[in-house]
Amino acid sequence: MTAGLVVDACVRRGGFTLEVAFTVAPGEVLGVLGPNGAGKSTLLRALAGLTPVTSGSLVLDGAVLDDAATGAFVEPPARPVGLVFQDYRLFPHLSVLDNVAFAPRSRAVGRAESRALAVPWVEAFDLVALAGRKPRELSGGQAQRVALARALAGEPGLLLLDEPLAALDARTRLDVQAELRRHLGAFPGPSLLVTHDPLEALVLADRLLVIEDGRVVQHGSPAEVARRPATDYVARLVGLNLYAGRADGDQVRLPGGGQFVVAEHGLHGEVLVAVRPSAVVVSTRRPQGASARNTWAGTVVGLSLLTDRVRLDVDGAPPVLVDVTPGSVAELDLAPGCAVWLSVKATDLDVYRHQES
Amino acid sequence: MVSPSRRPSGILSNVPTAARVARASRLTPAERERRTGSGGAARRGLPGPMLAPAAIGVAFLLLPLVGLLLRTPWNGLGQILATADVTQALRLSLWTASVATVISIVLGVPLAWLLARSQFPGLALLRALVTLPLVLPPVVGGVALLLAFGREGFVGRYLDQWFGITLPFSTAAVILAETFVAMPFLVVTVEGALRSADQGYDEAAATLGASRMTVFRRVSLPLIAPSLVAGAVLCWARALGEFGATIAFAGNFPGRTQTMPLAVYLALQSDPDAAIALSVVLLVVSVLVLVLLRDRWLRNGPFQ
Repeated sequence: MTAGLVVDACVRRGGFTLEVAFTVAPGEVLGVLGPNGAGKSTLLRALAGLTPVTSGSLVLDGAVLDDAATGAFVEPPARPVGLVFQDYRLFPHLSVLDNVAFAPRSRAVGRAESRALAVPWVEAFDLVALAGRKPRELSGGQAQRVALARALAGEPGLLLLDEPLAALDARTRLDVQAELRRHLGAFPGPSLLVTHDPLEALVLADRLLVIEDGRVVQHGSPAEVARRPATDYVARLVGLNLYAGRADGDQVRLPGGGQFVVAEHGLHGEVLVAVRPSAVVVSTRRPQGASARNTWAGTVVGLSLLTDRVRLDVDGAPPVLVDVTPGSVAELDLAPGCAVWLSVKATDLDVYRHQES
Repeated sequence: MVSPSRRPSGILSNVPTAARVARASRLTPAERERRTGSGGAARRGLPGPMLAPAAIGVAFLLLPLVGLLLRTPWNGLGQILATADVTQALRLSLWTASVATVISIVLGVPLAWLLARSQFPGLALLRALVTLPLVLPPVVGGVALLLAFGREGFVGRYLDQWFGITLPFSTAAVILAETFVAMPFLVVTVEGALRSADQGYDEAAATLGASRMTVFRRVSLPLIAPSLVAGAVLCWARALGEFGATIAFAGNFPGRTQTMPLAVYLALQSDPDAAIALSVVLLVVSVLVLVLLRDRWLRNGPFQ
């Protein structure tokens, strides 16, 4: 018997196909990252039993939840799975206490007893003062706490969170995130956290699974994914320039035009090159006598302010995003249409093979 | 550069803008306030060609009621309503309409749930058949009931032979006729509510370990409670006013099958004052139903 969650399944819904294989150990938090429509919610629905798998199987702590080959299928109410919906779905006609007591009550426990079972959860989630309120009287952060408490009060063996912070405003999100981290840390079983916010994934998850178009495109530790993204989508999320090219010695040729001189010499064949926007230097004249090995010309096509920096969108071979200070923008008189020179040191290029998935 | 001649010239291009501003009207502060509310400029008064037919429509609907109230013998009203026949008819009406409503709820809510939440071949046809009594002339319903449950009917024959039950021209027949005509109102109302209710709550309840029956009892039903009440009130009001199916299937026997509407019709031929008094009672009940539906359940349900 393998402890934890073992997934190797394919789910077809209409014209969409989700194909995933992964495991989550007890106590581990797997972050599932991907753009809208990638299949993240389909994965959670399959695990909760709301959508059966088309082929393959889902196994939790050695018990089969769903297996298309044998036809075994555990109905949602009988699955020890807690799901926190993105929109929480708190029952509007029940008080906070009765929402939390819903799962105990469903196990044919009487009203008084189910409420007694809910009380420790209400206390643990700091909801005592709100216990008598209806969901419509709660703030977003409070509703999120109730949703999590309600799911955990069912004492699930697997916890699923669908974009738990998406419905919150930026300020509340930070508080709730810290709290969520604490609760996830205390949960003994495997958890899955679906998100499209990379920061959320980095802060809350032990491991990341990146899904695009129903397929796993990257799987690794948050640091690995952030440093060496496998696809444009992840690169954009973590704010890196990413290029696919062909390495030959210290040269990487980019099929879209341009080439890089890199510090690594041993690589040959298809590689990815990641560049931090702040590692690129912009000048209005061609740099002379500089140490940077890569220099190319470009045209500024856009500027956007990112709190303390300005991100330049520069078209060239290759195109690149560059971070500069607002001071530099003023001094160099940068505006859309400006011709500029770009340079980056070979040691600032991270070159790696495309991860097998 | 674009040459001026390339610009299309409309017929107004030589008229100064100020001359194109039409005559200003006057807006009172109250009118300004009203237009800043919801609807804005769209909430101006209706134009004449719409207003006149609308006014005639209102008059047509209200004048008969005014006529009824003008002719009501207010002084003798208590006396007329206190007669044995009238109280009997009133009691029978209230009793049968209430029983018909309870039967409609017991059978109609599961039926509405079936229509709203399941899929099987012939579902659309079934829905059409279930709602047929809404558009069927009630007297046809009464004839149909007679042919099914009457002493010679294909069901009634066996009820009579095997159980000794004879339905036609009994109080039970009144209840059956009223249920037949009124239940679709409840089914349609509840089905619509179940259909538009967020099924996300049902899913959430299922992941929390609730069986389908528990989901229905603890989540679906409470969420559509306002519609269930509205449907039940509509159903009750319809049952209370039932005439055609009742007279065809149950007949007109005072104390047994003579409900208020039948009593009104009968009294109109012999004792117009009594007919008017009975009508006023039914009118009051209808107005009460409307007020109940409007203020309590239709406009703002308890969960909104």
